[in-house]
Amino acid sequence: MSTPTLPIDKQSPAECHPSGEAIVFENVELAFEDNAVLDGISFRLACGETKALFGVAGSGKSTVLKLALGLIKPDSGRITVLGEDVTQMTENQLFVLRRKVGIVFQESALFDSLTVRENVAYRLLEEGNVPEQEIEERVREALRFVELERTVDMYPGELSGGMRRRVSIARTIITQPEVLLYDSPTGGLDPVTSNTIIELIVKQRDVYKTSSLLVTHRLQDAFTMGTHYFDRAENKMKPLPPGSRAEVSMGFLILRDGHIIFDGDLKELRETQDPYIREYIS
Amino acid sequence: MALISLSDFAKQKIKSVEDYTVLAARSLGNLFNRPLYIADMVQQADLVGFGSLPIVLAACFFTGAALALNSASSLERFGAITVIGQLVSVGIVRELGPVLAGLVVAGRNASGMASELGSMVVTEQIDAMRALGTDPMKKLVTPRVASTIVMLFFLTILGDFLGLIGGAFVVSLLLRLDTHQYWSSTWQTLEFSDVFTGLTKPVVFGFIIATIGCYYGLTTKGGTQGVGLATTRAVVASMILIIGVDVFITRLLMITLGS
Repeated sequence: MSTPTLPIDKQSPAECHPSGEAIVFENVELAFEDNAVLDGISFRLACGETKALFGVAGSGKSTVLKLALGLIKPDSGRITVLGEDVTQMTENQLFVLRRKVGIVFQESALFDSLTVRENVAYRLLEEGNVPEQEIEERVREALRFVELERTVDMYPGELSGGMRRRVSIARTIITQPEVLLYDSPTGGLDPVTSNTIIELIVKQRDVYKTSSLLVTHRLQDAFTMGTHYFDRAENKMKPLPPGSRAEVSMGFLILRDGHIIFDGDLKELRETQDPYIREYIS
Repeated sequence: MALISLSDFAKQKIKSVEDYTVLAARSLGNLFNRPLYIADMVQQADLVGFGSLPIVLAACFFTGAALALNSASSLERFGAITVIGQLVSVGIVRELGPVLAGLVVAGRNASGMASELGSMVVTEQIDAMRALGTDPMKKLVTPRVASTIVMLFFLTILGDFLGLIGGAFVVSLLLRLDTHQYWSSTWQTLEFSDVFTGLTKPVVFGFIIATIGCYYGLTTKGGTQGVGLATTRAVVASMILIIGVDVFITRLLMITLGS
């Protein structure tokens, strides 16, 4: 019996490293003073794949993202991003790598002295060799993607929390990075705004096939991502049809007491017998 | 508050000195590396220079006037009131002009830098900047250091001049002495070593103010309380360093210039 083909199947996979792996953590350990935050964690994020990282507050989820970007260094272990060992790189080398990796911070981290236009264009302005007209077009395009084109001349202080997150997403995707990191992008937002943000992330996943690591403690967001796809024709997120052969490339990681206690897909997560995970997802 | 051992305390302090030294060295080293953020330097120069101008001028004017008034009563006892111009000019140009301008800029701008950068730290804007491929040292620290050094130099020159005018104001209006004599003795007394000493100090003070402000800002921990603490510490540390370093520079230049 043939199964329906979803629009997302027709997209070409995102460009990534020849190894096929966007991010690899190998036995990474990190402690702050005497408090061990990560105790030998290992996982892989394949090119084009999106993984949601769960864990209770303070479990070190955001730290994983900062480690992947080289913003902090682990005590031991190896972290490879797009084939490069970030633990061995100098800050100047990391600046080059970070141009291929985008991050959406928990509190947006928009530069409050710059307008939305300047925030979104920041990377292009820093490169210094992009014509002004092209910058304007790309800023508008990125803001159109997050449906906030009207805010282009506003300052971050004039935006709501949800709008700031969306501008932050626009700032991150303007250069089409090969890897995207999201740090609790829906934390503290109302359900409607959260859904808008998740739809944007799903859109980025299914339209551009960007490898993404999403930190969240909101299970419903990750489940929505695992059970929905972005329909380009209708320009909206839709539930995966039952029996569809289309597979959204979505994985789940659960972090507990400095260890990865689950690494699998939605089906495996639903079928797990681990009492902690069952209680966590119930 | 948790108590820490003496060795941990010492380690923390040594680490702080090391971090500050690295920041200070990189802030100058970045002047020779691209990219140079000229627009940020101009913006900071406007903030430090023009923003501090009225208060520096006012402080120096009134200090010059007070110095002339205080000196007059002592000099009169020895019948040496005519040398008041010499005393005011040497006092203002060698010491009070640079120190006052330094303290005013420290109070106004070291705090501003610490609070601005501290707020950026606690709202993850510094991390965002690094994540976007920009070196915060080049973008934030170097422009502040370069601008503060240059602008404090010129603020001191203007402050010295206003200090002398303050002295002239007292000499002519309150003491009823010959203003022409005041200005000629002021001019004739000043030697190269006086001017050199007076203009070396703001360069060092400017460097201290900006690096201390940036250091405390970039090492801010905690939330808004941390920002407040960093601001206070930046002002206190930069003021104490200005006053302390002033003694050493004065002595060093006395030995070097033989004055």
